[in-house]
Amino acid sequence: MVFARIDIQPTHTYGDFKLRRGRPFPFGATLVPGGVNFSIFSSHAKSCTLVLFKKHAKEPMAEIPFPDEFRIGNVFCTIVFDLDYENIEYGYRMEGPFNPKEGHWFDSSKILMDPYAKVIGGRDVWGVTPDWNDIYHHRARIVLDDFDWENDRPLEIPPEDMVVYEMHVRSFTRHPSSQVKHPGTFAAIRDKIPYLKELGVNAIELMPVYEFDEFENSRPNPQNPDELLVNYWGYSTVGFFAPKAGYAATGKIGMQVDELKTLVKELHKNGLEVILDVVFNHTAEGNEYGPTISFRGVDNKTYYMLTPEGYYFNFSGCGNTLNCNNPIVRNIVLDCLRYWASEYHIDGFRFDLASILGRDPSGAPLANPPLLETLAFDPILAKCKLIAEAWDAGGLYQVGSFPAFGRWAEWNGKYRDSIRKFIKGDGTVGDIAQRLQGSPDLYAWEGRGPATSINFITAHDGFTLLDLVSYNGKHNEANGENNNDGSNDNDSWNCGWEGPTDDAGINALRRRQIKNAVAILMVSTGVPMILMGDEVGRTQYGNNNTYCHDNELNWLDWTLLEQNADLFRFFKNCIAFRNAHPVLRSKYHFSNSDYMGSGYADITWHGTKAWNADWSASCRTIAMMLCGKHAKAGTVEDNYVYVAMNMHWEGLWFEIPGLRDGMKWHVFANTGATAPNDIWSPGQEPVLENQHGMLVGDRSVVILVGK
Amino acid sequence: MDINIKTLPEEVTVVEMAGDIDASTASAVQEKVLPLAQPGSKIILDMTQVPYTSSAGLRFLLSLYRQVTGNDGKLVLVGVSEQIQDTMSITGFIDFFTRCDTLDLGLEALK
Repeated sequence: MVFARIDIQPTHTYGDFKLRRGRPFPFGATLVPGGVNFSIFSSHAKSCTLVLFKKHAKEPMAEIPFPDEFRIGNVFCTIVFDLDYENIEYGYRMEGPFNPKEGHWFDSSKILMDPYAKVIGGRDVWGVTPDWNDIYHHRARIVLDDFDWENDRPLEIPPEDMVVYEMHVRSFTRHPSSQVKHPGTFAAIRDKIPYLKELGVNAIELMPVYEFDEFENSRPNPQNPDELLVNYWGYSTVGFFAPKAGYAATGKIGMQVDELKTLVKELHKNGLEVILDVVFNHTAEGNEYGPTISFRGVDNKTYYMLTPEGYYFNFSGCGNTLNCNNPIVRNIVLDCLRYWASEYHIDGFRFDLASILGRDPSGAPLANPPLLETLAFDPILAKCKLIAEAWDAGGLYQVGSFPAFGRWAEWNGKYRDSIRKFIKGDGTVGDIAQRLQGSPDLYAWEGRGPATSINFITAHDGFTLLDLVSYNGKHNEANGENNNDGSNDNDSWNCGWEGPTDDAGINALRRRQIKNAVAILMVSTGVPMILMGDEVGRTQYGNNNTYCHDNELNWLDWTLLEQNADLFRFFKNCIAFRNAHPVLRSKYHFSNSDYMGSGYADITWHGTKAWNADWSASCRTIAMMLCGKHAKAGTVEDNYVYVAMNMHWEGLWFEIPGLRDGMKWHVFANTGATAPNDIWSPGQEPVLENQHGMLVGDRSVVILVGK
Repeated sequence: MDINIKTLPEEVTVVEMAGDIDASTASAVQEKVLPLAQPGSKIILDMTQVPYTSSAGLRFLLSLYRQVTGNDGKLVLVGVSEQIQDTMSITGFIDFFTRCDTLDLGLEALK
């Protein structure tokens, strides 16, 4: 027999509204029998008022103060009965001291968004100019967490087996050539799943998808006054629990939650993981002159790192710094990630400027940051990939030393720098050897495996791969900052001419350099990540910081797929080769010994002479052989792989190590050859004519497979 | 929201709906329609006159589907507008449902 609960009847009234004391947990707005439970905390507010709007209304429909008896600790909570939950928006007014020197910014004239809002209205459709006189811009709404996942769950692909594709939701399909029904949306990514599968990646990393305001700091484009420069990339969070409405085809009807969950479910069905780029280092509220959206007005002193004088610390380079090792903020970060992992089935997170998460409330780096430890040991996040961008804008650089607690992987900035240098003919082969084998110099000493290293040559920050081989310097004039923004350390080389050229020789070299880069990336131990569009030669015309452009500088032009079919084919086959060969995807660092009795160590180094690598500083050549008997620590049988890299300006004869047991070397890739003879489908490789040696062209990479 | 329930031969129930299905109407619809989800029931929802279905409306449809199929019954949607179908597709609801353009095709699908 079912008894009715006794706590589902109202006990109080306020005007026409029926109320009851709410529950502090969970924070945010939650549907309960008969009504909605509202719960919000503030350490320093004296009182709080719930403000209700009819959807899109200019003025509130009601303001309901929390009676004293509705407060538990520092949490204000109430149940409001009989709300048409789909058609209301809610916010709060907080009463408290206004004293910036003490860190308090209370102002009850402002309506504040719930930090736990799971749907946020106000920027429902991308790029629609907001009403600047609106008294409440980013409007918290109520949503049901009742998505029908059927049997879906995160894929838990072993990290060392991943190939990651970094992309921007809008850029991926916004270009008219994408030919999707709803360009620039979550729904459109779903339409492009066949493309991602053909390319062969098994994880997509989405640049920020938490609600942000594309109009933040928007200004006319100095080069084209009809166009606005906007907060395009979205590294500036308005709400940590809500998906970006403007990325959803259904944002205008408030169904972005279902749309994103449907995308995740479909990606999972197709063997693709979803990693979110999350920005916990700062918020969209900026510094003292920024807007008050939520945190500043709810509990400024708790949420932000403040100087002793009450100013905002700026370790993020974006005006403020979230106070991540304050126990309350730590909890909201944890709540947020748990929510995305459990409600959205997200497979992993990449933390923007993650070193900030290891700073104490005064900004000093901590030896054992509680937040990083909490995330590493959390049961709900236990199988999620945790990836740190292991530096911040305050000068803390922790690649190789990020507090990992056995869990954290890192964007390996040193991999990027080493490979770039090597490809253009700088750097040392000793350094390259470390990068090829999963950077043991950075990670092995701490017992961290090769999958700690997210290997990448290009990412959203910086040049695209085509631009890396087409420009010596950045060309950021379109950003309107006199080319002062963006990194100056690009390790790029234009191959002889700055920017596009008709010179066939230069263009051929650029193509080869692109292929060299991806060939090296896909045979490197660790986790490879490629940047959206590099596989078809996307250009940003030398701009290495396109954060503000909602135009062709960022949009992926799908006609490139036809124009640069050879590049796509090369990428696709390189990824397929990696996926086909477990010897390239080791979970453990190489031991440099023959523990399987195959006659070969697991990894060996060679030069133009077999078994004789030249480690001298001026050397531009190196070759690496991986023994198939040692694949996955000897647990699976694989072919042998030999990679010869000649970054010298002349072709060189490479003597090749011999194979045993009648095995023969086959040519999988040769970037020195022109398409279609530059690469073969894995399994279709022709036998190498001379088994003892081969000419490796100038600035070329050859990959052989021994079987 | 107007609801008209008809029983056809071969124990097929046709529910004709007219008007938007959203949070303010879904509960009324639910009250009338959910009791039809009896063991082995065959139900056609005729949505020809439904211009808009909100998130709550789609949730009503899915919950009805779960109850009908949980009782070994069958549910068919008829006359769903292109726009609603698009929304249902983007938000993942569509995969659960058998959809037909006309009542006759719906009856065929239930056989």
